[in-house]
Amino acid sequence: MTLPSQAFQDDSLDFKELKFFPDLPKRYKIDSVFKFASWAAVVIALSVLSILLIEVAIDGLSMINWQFLTSYPSRKPADAGILSPIVGTIWVMVLVALFSFPIGVGAGIFLEEFIADSFLENVIEVNIANLAAVPSIIYGLLGLQVFVRWLFPLTQGRTIISGALTLTLLVLPIIIIATREALRAVPGSMRQAGFALGATRWQVVRDIVFPQALPGILTGTILALSRGIGETAPLITIGALTYVAFLPPLSLEGLHSTFSVLPIQIFNWVSRPQQEFHLLAAGAIIVLMVLLLAMNGIAIYLRNRFQITR
Amino acid sequence: MTNRSFFPPMADDSLWQPNRGISRLVQRVIVVLFAIFALISVATTCGIVLSLIFETIEFFKKVPLWRFLTDNQWTPLFSNPQYGIFVLISATFLTSVIAILVALPLGLFSAVCLSEYAPAGVRKWLKPALELLAGVPTVVYGYFALLLVTPLIRSFAPWISGFNGLSAGLVLGISITPLIAALSEDAIYAVPNSLRQGSYALGATKRETIVGVVLPAALSGIVASIILAVSRAVGETMIVAIAAGQNPTLGLNPFVPIATMTAYIVQVSLGDTPAGSLAYTSIFAVGTTLFLITLALNIVSFWFVRRFQEKYE
Amino acid sequence: MAFNSSSVTMTEVVLSLRKLNVFYGSSLAVRDVNIDIPPNQVVAFIGPSGCGKSTVLRCLNRMNDLIPSARVEGQIFYHGKDIYDKVVDPVDLRRRIGMVFQKPNPFPKSIYDNIAFGARINGYKGDMDELVETSLRKAALWDEVKDQLKKSGLALSGGQQQRLCIARAIALQPDVILMDEPCSALDPISTLKVEDLIHELEAQYTIVIVTHNMQQASRVSDYTAFFNAEPTEKGGKVGYLVEYDKTDKIFNSPQEQATQEYVSGRFG
Repeated sequence: MTLPSQAFQDDSLDFKELKFFPDLPKRYKIDSVFKFASWAAVVIALSVLSILLIEVAIDGLSMINWQFLTSYPSRKPADAGILSPIVGTIWVMVLVALFSFPIGVGAGIFLEEFIADSFLENVIEVNIANLAAVPSIIYGLLGLQVFVRWLFPLTQGRTIISGALTLTLLVLPIIIIATREALRAVPGSMRQAGFALGATRWQVVRDIVFPQALPGILTGTILALSRGIGETAPLITIGALTYVAFLPPLSLEGLHSTFSVLPIQIFNWVSRPQQEFHLLAAGAIIVLMVLLLAMNGIAIYLRNRFQITR
Repeated sequence: MTNRSFFPPMADDSLWQPNRGISRLVQRVIVVLFAIFALISVATTCGIVLSLIFETIEFFKKVPLWRFLTDNQWTPLFSNPQYGIFVLISATFLTSVIAILVALPLGLFSAVCLSEYAPAGVRKWLKPALELLAGVPTVVYGYFALLLVTPLIRSFAPWISGFNGLSAGLVLGISITPLIAALSEDAIYAVPNSLRQGSYALGATKRETIVGVVLPAALSGIVASIILAVSRAVGETMIVAIAAGQNPTLGLNPFVPIATMTAYIVQVSLGDTPAGSLAYTSIFAVGTTLFLITLALNIVSFWFVRRFQEKYE
Repeated sequence: MAFNSSSVTMTEVVLSLRKLNVFYGSSLAVRDVNIDIPPNQVVAFIGPSGCGKSTVLRCLNRMNDLIPSARVEGQIFYHGKDIYDKVVDPVDLRRRIGMVFQKPNPFPKSIYDNIAFGARINGYKGDMDELVETSLRKAALWDEVKDQLKKSGLALSGGQQQRLCIARAIALQPDVILMDEPCSALDPISTLKVEDLIHELEAQYTIVIVTHNMQQASRVSDYTAFFNAEPTEKGGKVGYLVEYDKTDKIFNSPQEQATQEYVSGRFG
């Protein structure tokens, strides 16, 4: 190896070397160690996670069949399926989407377009940032106290509606933050143009800003929902059941039905000592992961399309 | 007569009849509605604080605070109950420390690699992959910890319990690595290129530029991501409830079953606990402790970002 | 293209550019530049935007290496050594040929650490406090900041930030200082201060400065290189050196028609 720094250390050159001792070979050695460590970290992190995911796929793939998807959970592993948890997850997800999308987007628009840079905005912003860092199980305690107990007449206790409301509060901060970022990405000149045509602020938001921000908002909402349907702890705390051998009726009454969701069913099966149940858990994990991957795929697709058209 | 203008009439005025009154009314209704939506977030905070305080007061009516702080066992469900919260805190502390020891080097180096070393094409694929992994439900990580990692560890050291803090902490660390990596990468990537150029122009190597200029410039974002990861680790429930056990033990031994604060809440919630019972109020007391810890972390993070955030242009 | 540098006769040369072509990807950005830069002089690069003067400047300390698509043909000799030789390490080169950028880019560190950073990584074994003070004095910033060396470099005004960046470059005791439009982001008073500074630094350093401002070139420089751009067949633009000579000659009796028109403000 040639010493790189020798090129200029020629006697003919009268350099003010004086007190500088750059020692490049040593510095480059540390450089290459550092670079190696960086790549190693990425490779380790990704490979550990992929190995774990592949392991669970191998364990669970043999479980996936029509009978597994269309049966109710059972004490006998051979008969057990995940019909009611899947339906419960869909119920909860749809309800959470119905509640959280309008509320989150409305709140985001209010903060970003109507009271930006005010004291109130500052207070709410700090508050939302705080909420986003509160552990999910604390939301469970909130749901247990407020929705299950204090609002019992409305929710009938440990029901789908209680679970959905709890998860709504959990994902709201994420949706609000995503909405605000998407709105902020719309150039101010667009708003100016709207105002210059005599539109009110709301008309500017509704007709100019919101349509442009929509892909970003949808991306954030889908990611928030996918976080919501993976949550287990808050629903355990408000008392979602693990054996639900019926489907909630597709009506308003369904809201007052007890329920289970996929993560809870997985938790229940993992917690049992028998290996047959662990395989069931692996099967349910595959279903849950496919659902999440699909949602993330949609979100990434939206984001990429959004970036190109901009 | 919403259309009457302050200004003199113009030709073709009859063609222009904007209903400004309605527009204004719609806007007012919308603003009020959206303001209520925004206040739901404030109400959520109040709801959390109130519901925690309410039951925690009930708990401390029956259990004196000094016993909560000084007992060296946590057995509120036994006939001779003990209420030492530090038993649960020690377990939470243990799993969180193990997790951070794993996640900090992996996450930070990954972030540096993605932002500074990886070619743009690689970064374009790895970044969404990281975000995807950050979204894997923690119950799935719990499965990994109990059914894959623990057996692996026990094949080397059979004397370790089937439930232990070590494998829960390790998997917890793996689970928060993508979070640290993704958020730190955002902060590092956002450092203006002019700073990197300034450093290269002084004869710095790439590593010297990263360590000496880029990372310090991104410090507030990096620290915020680490604190968020810590508070995730502290509040994480499913991994520890599944893999660490539910056996409250004071101490920092990673090889025995332990119960974290969150695991205790899950344990009680799974049973049929009547509202108002001591067990019921105890999960709120534990929840309040957990909430205060994460709130403190949050405040530190906030203070740090405010204090050290650099504004470029 | 013999006229490029033939009219200037020099006994001693610090930097010498020979048949320099710069490419971005497959397109030629600057072609066939020949310039000799004498020691302890200020050389100005002027010309309309897109003529490649900054590109050429960034070749002189190989900052262009950081752009993956950039490629250089021809030679640049620094004290007779080709800086694009395979054995040359750009990191080593940049210590000797410092650079000041268009927008002030102090590091988000204290004023002291902004200056000490380069010295530390380059293994400076002398008294650091002394080096910081000397550098700040040379950059005419010492009196303004001597009581607040712990303050962030970002807290200074734009003009002060730029002088801090100059101090940062001086601290490495370089041979040459490259300045890429150092005043374009500054107000007139700060500009004047930086120009005064350039005059003082001339005694110790060779300075190459890119500027948009012809008055500035005539005020600060001893030699001036005028670049221009012409359209290519592919629809792009390629820069080239029109004329290089003593500054008063470029401004008062240039040999080329294009130079005459540019310096008299008829285009550009």
